[in-house]
Amino acid sequence: MGLIQLGRHEKDGELDVITTTVEKAVNWARKGSLWPMTFGLACCAIEMIAAVSSRYDMDRYGAGVFRASPRQSDLMIVAGTVCRRMAPVIRKIYDQMPEPKYVIAMGSCATSGNIYDSYSVVQGVDRFVPVDIYVPGCPPTPEALFDGVLKLQECIMQKRVFLKQPAQVKA
Amino acid sequence: MHPIAERIQQLFPTGFVKAVEWRGDLAITVTRDSLHEVARFLRDDPAMDCDYLVHVSSVDWPDDEERFEVVYEVYSIRKRHRVRFKTRVPESDCEVDSLTDIWKGANFMEREVYDMMGIRFRNHPDLRRVLMPDEYNEGYPLRKDFPLRGKGWRDTFEFLNEAQS
Repeated sequence: MGLIQLGRHEKDGELDVITTTVEKAVNWARKGSLWPMTFGLACCAIEMIAAVSSRYDMDRYGAGVFRASPRQSDLMIVAGTVCRRMAPVIRKIYDQMPEPKYVIAMGSCATSGNIYDSYSVVQGVDRFVPVDIYVPGCPPTPEALFDGVLKLQECIMQKRVFLKQPAQVKA
Repeated sequence: MHPIAERIQQLFPTGFVKAVEWRGDLAITVTRDSLHEVARFLRDDPAMDCDYLVHVSSVDWPDDEERFEVVYEVYSIRKRHRVRFKTRVPESDCEVDSLTDIWKGANFMEREVYDMMGIRFRNHPDLRRVLMPDEYNEGYPLRKDFPLRGKGWRDTFEFLNEAQS
């Protein structure tokens, strides 16, 4: 599906030869095999589960292989209210993920703490892990999560793979 | 008055403070010193037979002289009745007898009351915090004079510095 988006060379109206850059091919492969890690913390997790199951089927975007281990995953979907006591665990799991890694903050709580302006709730995961995509909603529908995944795929396609990246900014 | 409340008043005339019945809920207030005896009576007396401790909670009344209230709710599975009994403690000496020797299930619930409200339980086998971390030192978050947004704990991430160094 994504190959059509790459540059192509048409000969006699047939798609015999495709020309592209290695960079685009690598990005295309990366965006098509986003393996998310289950990080359901609250009610958003239910919507995340609905998004992978048969009715919505997140596997269509290559992001359906949920892994229980951070070492096998590329994408962390933080779904739910982040309590301060959970923060070191999230950070540890994020550190265990191999590069390249992406984070989606799913729902208002993971984005900003939502209404839970209390002593124990972290006011957004971006205070201790870098977040790529914020998905609004309380909880977001599976379609909203898909929109976040598609936006992340767009974002991945714009990455420069063979340039030296600046050191990742610590949150 | 409710027959259970009457019974407790007869047996513990000095310990009984008041009994309130509201929409079928019986709440008996007793003095701190008689709490343990009343609890023992509620479990062991065949007419009471309250074998199940439903919950232990606490209330902060900041304007009252005896500021804190510890609330116990017990239920009899066989007799199908429910009794709520409370006791009051002042802030200067907020300590009540633990009921862990009567109901084993009181252990974690009393620890939670200690964690959130700072009320200590005498003779408790393992009085540590449950929900908050052991090293948490900003006080007791459910007290009325505790700021809603806390005292900075939710915004300090000491593990980030450890990872960098």
